[in-house]
Amino acid sequence: MTEFTVRPYERPRGVHPPYDFAGYRSSALRAPRQPLVLLPHRLTEVTGPLLGAQRVTAVDADLTAGHPGEPQGERIILTGRVLDSGGSPVRRALVEIWQTNAAGRYRHVNDQHSAPLDPNFTGLGRCVSGDDGRYRFVTIKPGAYPWRNHPNAWRPAHVHFSLFGHAFTQRLVTQMYFPGDPLLPLDPVFNSVPDPAGRQRLIASFDLATTEPEWALGYTWDIVLRGREATPFEGSDDE
Amino acid sequence: MSRLPVTPSQTVGPFFAIALPWPDGPFVVPEGTPGAITISGRVTDGAGEPVPDALVEVWQADPDGGFNGHPGDPRRTGTSGFRGFGRCPTGADGGYRIVTLRPGALPCGDGRTEAPHLDVSVFARGLLDRLVTRIYFPDEEGANAADPVLQSLSLRSRRDTLIATAAGPGEFRFDIRLQGDGETVFFDV
Repeated sequence: MTEFTVRPYERPRGVHPPYDFAGYRSSALRAPRQPLVLLPHRLTEVTGPLLGAQRVTAVDADLTAGHPGEPQGERIILTGRVLDSGGSPVRRALVEIWQTNAAGRYRHVNDQHSAPLDPNFTGLGRCVSGDDGRYRFVTIKPGAYPWRNHPNAWRPAHVHFSLFGHAFTQRLVTQMYFPGDPLLPLDPVFNSVPDPAGRQRLIASFDLATTEPEWALGYTWDIVLRGREATPFEGSDDE
Repeated sequence: MSRLPVTPSQTVGPFFAIALPWPDGPFVVPEGTPGAITISGRVTDGAGEPVPDALVEVWQADPDGGFNGHPGDPRRTGTSGFRGFGRCPTGADGGYRIVTLRPGALPCGDGRTEAPHLDVSVFARGLLDRLVTRIYFPDEEGANAADPVLQSLSLRSRRDTLIATAAGPGEFRFDIRLQGDGETVFFDV
């Protein structure tokens, strides 16, 4: 097969933060100065690692498990669907998350915050989306923590998400925030997203239907990865 | 049918090592696999300093130019089981190292051919979105000269940032300069 066409992925504009964002100090020496070069979508870009079940065990989706005891903090259920921009579920794709403990401390050697570590919390989760694109984690609500970006700087509570989708073009690393957090208007990372509506899409919703009585509060958050460019027929993705 | 708006990117931050490195991450194939090559290098910032908290990911075709039957490949080629994917966090010196097989050349579907290459994503604190680049091979002069992506770079000095250097038998070096002198070409993917 020598003649074929590759249907490209859409290139959303104005969605992602700029590389050089003055409010975020760490970007100053790391943002490229040269303009990006347009890379047409060919075979390497429309394919990608299909990393599913072999990377994950069932307990990986429960961040409160796997330790001698229960972690401190507010137990939560975090669930939603991974979709593409055409509305199709992104099935059987790897989702990785990491976060602080309830006190706002990462289990990482470079985290110097004086808040305590929790011997019953590592803060790492993995799962594979279902046939409807759904993911689900059980964890505890992460805490806010100070950082040195500017005087009296605090990151709002957040959960880091890493998503593969099915194609190199769909790879996404982002952060999910909690509704009503008073730190959100002050956070340069959150506010680096240029469009206010885009910022809102990073905030989960409290959901009573997901909440389990006597056990855990529920939050829902859908994640949308780039889909194929629209065609006159608006066909579904390639699966 | 309306399109759904895409979820914005956020930085990977300084603490991704809790979750993203895998023990076998740098090994697209196990060390010692016949034909295996290593690609290593350093990630540096605009001051020339090492970036010790970056994550380098690679994605590539197998040696025959296949993608293990991936449904996005209209040819549906390859059943090699080749993972094609590697990820390596940088160390204190900004260094990373990937063990893999040489990718094959790839048809564009229109009669042209892409030279063997790896697609690369770089994530780091300070990067609000990933940076995307490509690794090409120095001993593929003919294929590189015909590669449409390399051809699109008119400045030789820019083009050359995408071509690894030979560092010994089966060993290649590919440094990633995020900003400033010799800045690596990054792509709008």
